Amino acid sequence: MKKLLLASAAIALVAGAAGAEEIKLGVAVGFTGPLESLAPNMALGAEMAIAEVSNSGLLLGGSTVVAVRGDTTCTDAAAATAMAERLVTAERINGMIGGMCSGETTATLQNVAMPNGIVMISPSATSPALTTIDDNGLFFRTSPSDARQGDVMTEIMMERGIKSAAVTYTNNDYGKGLADSFAAAFEAAGGTITIVQAHDDGKADYSADVAALAAAGGDILVVAGYIDQGGAGIVRGALDAGAFDLFEFPDGMIGQNLVDKFGPEITGSFGQNTAAAGVGRDTYLAMATAAGFDGTSAYSSESYDAAALILLSMAAAGSSDPAVYKGKIMDVANAPGEQILPGELAKALEIIAAGGEVDYVGATAVEMIEPGESAGSFRELEFQGGQMNVVRYR
Amino acid sequence: MDFLNAIVTLLNYVIIPASSYGAQLALGALGVTLIYGILRFSNFAHGDTMAFGTAATIVVTWGLQSLGVSISPLPTALLALPFGILITAALVLGTDRAVYRFYRAKKSAPIILVMASVGVMFVMNGLTRFLIGVREIQFDDGVRFVINAREFKAATGLAEGLALRSTQVITLVTAVIVVWALFWFLGRTRTGKSMRAFSDNEDLALLSGINPEKVVAVTWIIAAAITTIAGTLFGLDKSFKAFNYFQLLLPIFAAAIVGGLGNPIGAIAGGFVIAFSEVAVTFDFRRVVAYLVPGDWTPSGPIQLLSTEYKFAVSFAILIIVLLFKPTGLFKGKSV
Repeated sequence: MKKLLLASAAIALVAGAAGAEEIKLGVAVGFTGPLESLAPNMALGAEMAIAEVSNSGLLLGGSTVVAVRGDTTCTDAAAATAMAERLVTAERINGMIGGMCSGETTATLQNVAMPNGIVMISPSATSPALTTIDDNGLFFRTSPSDARQGDVMTEIMMERGIKSAAVTYTNNDYGKGLADSFAAAFEAAGGTITIVQAHDDGKADYSADVAALAAAGGDILVVAGYIDQGGAGIVRGALDAGAFDLFEFPDGMIGQNLVDKFGPEITGSFGQNTAAAGVGRDTYLAMATAAGFDGTSAYSSESYDAAALILLSMAAAGSSDPAVYKGKIMDVANAPGEQILPGELAKALEIIAAGGEVDYVGATAVEMIEPGESAGSFRELEFQGGQMNVVRYR
Repeated sequence: MDFLNAIVTLLNYVIIPASSYGAQLALGALGVTLIYGILRFSNFAHGDTMAFGTAATIVVTWGLQSLGVSISPLPTALLALPFGILITAALVLGTDRAVYRFYRAKKSAPIILVMASVGVMFVMNGLTRFLIGVREIQFDDGVRFVINAREFKAATGLAEGLALRSTQVITLVTAVIVVWALFWFLGRTRTGKSMRAFSDNEDLALLSGINPEKVVAVTWIIAAAITTIAGTLFGLDKSFKAFNYFQLLLPIFAAAIVGGLGNPIGAIAGGFVIAFSEVAVTFDFRRVVAYLVPGDWTPSGPIQLLSTEYKFAVSFAILIIVLLFKPTGLFKGKSV
């Protein structure tokens, strides 16, 4: 027994010393649920950054990094919590890329990440409520708050001369947060909101919801929902009944599936999702294509950036302990320092090892504002004859 | 013109959707009522039998599509229906052999059969997901509209559009044919009469030489046929998702009970009562009223009894009211 104790103490000492180790990062997104078509490309994005760092052999004395996937289900907070609990206690992760949706992310943060002191960087949880949440400095996101998206949507619609809008949102933290921030911004800009109505996901028939929206009327229908769920049902119902011809699609609706499902029927409609223009994005898209997946898929590039930020912060802090490296994330993300694009993570690690500073730009032109979220650049999209075209970046 | 606009709005958002939904519920309730009347238990597996039947039909539809068979402008699924019915009938006959026959031989109380059917429901639920997955599936490949909302507006010059989907027409037409065929079968054929005799008085039917196993088997086959048709029509009109059929169980039972369990006419009436109340109670009448009253009387707020999220509460409420005041249903059925 004594020998065993000594041996384990010795092993603990060795493990504690700075040396090559196996670092595990959780990749927790909704592989099942209302955004399941986006999740695989997000996980692949994060894993591409992880592989890039791991293969370079430059992180913390040649440590390897392994991704551990977890399914947040996007809607079931209890399932997401249990999954995160497993990642933390059984897999012993040092940080987490996730969660995907706002409600589930809040639950995981409060029930698992904070008690265990794990850093979470969400690529896609956008609820304004996450800005003000008390997070012990553990929560970050590479996507902007929906308060910002509400402003961007208002700008786009005002420029297009749209004066009245009906709003339907998916009945959860994401939908409600976005609908409220948009309604506030749109009315402040002088527009009229005819109705703000929740819809539930997973129903067979949305004709009743569409009827209520149609009764309220408006120039356009804002669908703050999910493409693989009720959002698509609402659009289908509205098109069938001839209730609305024009739609505005926020980030939850943007995806190849939208074009596949509705094609030319939504010609003239528009939307926006987070994505920056520039060299970083182009590089990322080329890397994704080379790796065999679609980098334009929503939040894929944000996932890459989230994983890169965690790993570069570990390097900057000289430790894979979340309590230590959490303080470095904002430094790595922002100026001053050498600008780092996707595919240059090895270069960044060298600079850090040489005592220099980096300013991670990444695929989405990362610029973090307090308390740890992306300032947010959006791309405005327009649908024409079954194609999704980028109009401009904001 | 305003009056016409009001009528078109009402048609577009209430009458047409509620009629096709009502027809789907009526067919579903007909199956429940048939099982209840002849086999004497409430079949909780009904919703999932619908799901399975639809899934089987979809699989056959895909097969036909890959062979290039098409009956355009009608959806291919209609051609696949008979095969779907056969597969479903085989499944329910197998279930009867494996589960229900045992309890029937023991002359178990109906509640035990009901509980057994809950078990069957879970198994079928899993079977359906295993067969086709949990995703939403669109399998309607025919012409989508009989009347298109935009074209209607352009043709008539009215402010309101009217949409009539071909699946809605198919639903209503098929429902009428199925109901007519069922009543003809029950009323005119020897087997149908023996089924009714068995339903009215089991002992007397046995004494007069009716083979109970044959009656049971025929009942299951007919129920499987109606169920598969109802499920496929629902899936064509909306979309197929295994879980949605489970949710359909409540309005279907509400329809069967409101109409009077065991009474086929009641099931049909019940289906339409539930469908029309669900749609009308949650409909916002603002636009309709706006067309009918002078301009400045137009209300600014919604004229809606219940928010659309409470749709399911409507069937619950009707169910409770009927059970309280008329337990045998609107058309004399058996009391629950």
